[in-house]
Amino acid sequence: MSTRVELEIFEGPLDLLLHLIKKNEVSITDIPIATITEQYLATLDLLQTLSLDVAGEFLVMAATLIHIKSRMLLPVGDDGGDDEDDGLDPRDELVRRLREYQRYKEAAQDLDQREVLSRDVFTRSASPTEDAGPRGFREVSVFELLAALKRIIDRLPKDSFHEVTLEKITVREKMTHLLDILRAQPSILFESLFAEASSRMEIIVTFLAMLELVKVRAIRIVQEEMAGPIVIEAAADMDGVARA
Amino acid sequence: MEREEVKSILESLLFVADGPLTVQRFAEVVDGVDKAMIHGLLQELQSDLEAPNRGLQLVEVAGGYQLRTAKINGDWVKKLLGGRPARMGRATLETLAIIAYRQPITKAEIEAIRGVDVDGVITTLLERNLIRAVARKDVPGRPFLYGTTTEFLQLFNLNDLTDLPTLKETDEISLPEISRDVIPLEQAEES
Repeated sequence: MSTRVELEIFEGPLDLLLHLIKKNEVSITDIPIATITEQYLATLDLLQTLSLDVAGEFLVMAATLIHIKSRMLLPVGDDGGDDEDDGLDPRDELVRRLREYQRYKEAAQDLDQREVLSRDVFTRSASPTEDAGPRGFREVSVFELLAALKRIIDRLPKDSFHEVTLEKITVREKMTHLLDILRAQPSILFESLFAEASSRMEIIVTFLAMLELVKVRAIRIVQEEMAGPIVIEAAADMDGVARA
Repeated sequence: MEREEVKSILESLLFVADGPLTVQRFAEVVDGVDKAMIHGLLQELQSDLEAPNRGLQLVEVAGGYQLRTAKINGDWVKKLLGGRPARMGRATLETLAIIAYRQPITKAEIEAIRGVDVDGVITTLLERNLIRAVARKDVPGRPFLYGTTTEFLQLFNLNDLTDLPTLKETDEISLPEISRDVIPLEQAEES
């Protein structure tokens, strides 16, 4: 191990391994596992010495490398039925993972070399990734949503004890329901979404379903003006290409 | 309407549009002009702008047409606009590349390829609208399957997903295609 410290941020154990393979000028399909393992562990040591956080994934890979190294030392074929060895090179699985990772690493570099919007080329508005939503609507804050939720819960009749049957509604069912509504109509008012809800539980489940869909960008919650009605709409479909 | 007249209208529309305009959209606005003609005129505009020393280019992106600045003038435009360009880290780019080529794909599948946790990156990509949940996978836990968005195409100047450069060593890779164990998001909860 040379004393020259080369600090690079590795994206993960596979990235570090690829780096070592390249540095040693060896073939990815014929990795000198002892050398690479040694350098890999040395790099981890270095990272730890510098008090950099070594993520768990790096340690798992270290264990994998040591395991492969030990299996390489065993004579091939006469191991008396150890389940894993079928005369395969113990490095095969690692090689497969490295090659796959490398492929996407290169694909990422290719993407980066394209004419990237707002970095290399610009449009008139110059902030196309800023998704303000259509028609000048503004995004609603969580606090406004919670306030709206409270208004709806407060509207529930207080004297509903006599209800005995516990209706089980899952967040998933509500998510489906909400998406169904938005397939039938472009948008729905926040308030009317809760119109049919009869219990506190149902209101909360509906609310959670709505948040879940926002999180995965399936729907969008917008408001035309401060304190105006809150509208829920389907997020722009990825197939429905930009209608400017 | 005169051909050149329509061409000038198209140019104006392209100038004000805040996203790529499809031929369909042009046809709706400039009614009475057929799509073939619009398409031809857009091609003309495109080659007009390819002349040397033009500061704009007409690109075909995300299924539509959009005016963008010439790449060579990028630094000047940046100087005018100020602010720092949104740099995309390697983790983000790699994750995005995996999603682009392998969509629809789950978080666990991405992690298997990258060998690291991608929680934070997925959140960033969702926030930047570059990916979205497109379906749920019909396996235990029904994890979300992610796919790229129109914004992704716009960001990387791609017309559609087939525009992505071919992966090196494409032996075991299939291009985006919905596999059978996938349930569309809308019906995911019904069964």
